[in-house]
Amino acid sequence: MNIVTCIKRVPTTDLNPKVGADGKSIDAAGVQYMVSFYDEVAVEEAVRTKEKLGGEVTVLTIGPAEASKEVRECLAKGADRGAILLDPHWHQRDCLSSAKALAERIRGSGADLVLTGRLATDRDHAAVGPMLAALLGWPCVTDVVALEITAAGGTAKREADGGIESYSFSLPVVITCQKDLNTPRYAGLKGIMAAKKKPLEEVACPSFPAQAEIVALALPPERKAGRIVGKGPEAVPALVAALRNEAKVL
Amino acid sequence: MSTIVVFVEHQNGAVRRPSIEALGAAAATGAAVVAVLGGEGARALAPGLGAAGASRAVVLAGGGAFSPDACATDLAAVAREEGARAFFAAATSTGRDVAPRVAALLDSTLHSDCTGLTGQGDSLVVTRPWLAGKVIATMRSTAPVFCATLRRNVFAPATGSGTAAVRERPATPGGRTVLAAVTAKSGGKLDVGEAPVVVAGGRGLGEPAGFRILEELAAAFGNAAVGASRAVVDAGWRGHSEQVGQTGKTVSPQLYIAVGISGAIQHLAGMKTSKVIVAINKDPDAPIFKVADYGIVGDAFQVVPALTAAVKKLRAEG
Repeated sequence: MNIVTCIKRVPTTDLNPKVGADGKSIDAAGVQYMVSFYDEVAVEEAVRTKEKLGGEVTVLTIGPAEASKEVRECLAKGADRGAILLDPHWHQRDCLSSAKALAERIRGSGADLVLTGRLATDRDHAAVGPMLAALLGWPCVTDVVALEITAAGGTAKREADGGIESYSFSLPVVITCQKDLNTPRYAGLKGIMAAKKKPLEEVACPSFPAQAEIVALALPPERKAGRIVGKGPEAVPALVAALRNEAKVL
Repeated sequence: MSTIVVFVEHQNGAVRRPSIEALGAAAATGAAVVAVLGGEGARALAPGLGAAGASRAVVLAGGGAFSPDACATDLAAVAREEGARAFFAAATSTGRDVAPRVAALLDSTLHSDCTGLTGQGDSLVVTRPWLAGKVIATMRSTAPVFCATLRRNVFAPATGSGTAAVRERPATPGGRTVLAAVTAKSGGKLDVGEAPVVVAGGRGLGEPAGFRILEELAAAFGNAAVGASRAVVDAGWRGHSEQVGQTGKTVSPQLYIAVGISGAIQHLAGMKTSKVIVAINKDPDAPIFKVADYGIVGDAFQVVPALTAAVKKLRAEG
């Protein structure tokens, strides 16, 4: 089984962002990066699928050369090889330009299964996975919480508003992973050492101009300071009165 | 006049509310709105979409079980036939599944989960959250078709009347993947992302059984869902479907009650746009109090049951 996992280097979730001087970017000072959380779930699912069915896992990303840190983390958890589609202006890509570059790389590569996170925790679009599938002409199930892959196809359950939806498909397929799918493993020392020797290819990212244009970035308005209505259960009547008479939500 | 094509979802013989809001947002731009709907019962609902802001409706006739890729193929085809300048869907689970595929087929990028929409014709501008709402981005696009999904509970429905002119179009049969079954959520519980009241708990509840007091409070409200912090979801106390925050759901209820949640920045990002926030916590210095409108410092196991009793009493009094 030839498995490709698409990951994204994103700011750590503890970031308290500031808007840059141009008003159109996030101030890069002090920003730390990580593998987008849901992409970690995708890497775990890829490695588990390989352990069950055999094959190879390639970690694919679009980003700067520094993204080798995130790719190596995935290699340390059991992926076999990495590839960075180098783009120093990766922040400025939009969903379609990323999906097109990934599709160009994956098309004709012999991939059977493409796994990625349900969304990247920076721009929160949840679009690149299904866009990639549409460009490749492959089936795609998004927000997957349970996955069964066999040599020829598989079934997936996705978390939807009304409940859990079941789909079946033939390979190749694109799957986007929701948190409940698995619990990602930690990389052991052995894995970290092995990752240093695994192949990591860096090639220029195919250029597709972005259509989306940032007009402005802003921080959301701060909430007005509230008040402590009291201590312990004795404060409950004051809280209820405030919710009823001031806030009018009771 | 430019045209906006809107994907309309329906369920149990009624158009879903988020789709009505998407139609309203499209109509508010002054464009001619073309609603597209498929599946069983679509034909009967189509004329009534006139009141929701659609001047015309396209019914995808036949087609069998739902397939997200076949649906996307049909929506993209309608957008092309109509010469649409924009394509909208509600940011529901189905809308967010289908819309990226439609956008890709139209060689257009997508703006997901938009919370604001201004402009008209060729100059649409949207606002949307990044980093789960820590940053608000204002975006425009040079895409041939301006594709967007619209967050629910943000856009007002149209206050129109009249009927939409309906045309039928055969649906693409089959699809690369087809919906085989839907398992409904257990016990008809409200989704934390949709409930008007959310009662959320964290580590401060001590153990999984500690959530019993929140379930009782939610039951007393009658329209509340139980939410959870990432810490207790990762510990296996609660399911991920209840997680509020940057790697869970972003919620915006009328009332959010945080119990035993300290208020990590990832959690605050997911609930800061709630209309009213109440925090109950033992630690008077917990960051959650900085975003709360009202706080009680105290032991959850004493405060919450007292609140439950008070809410029950209010409800009984009607």
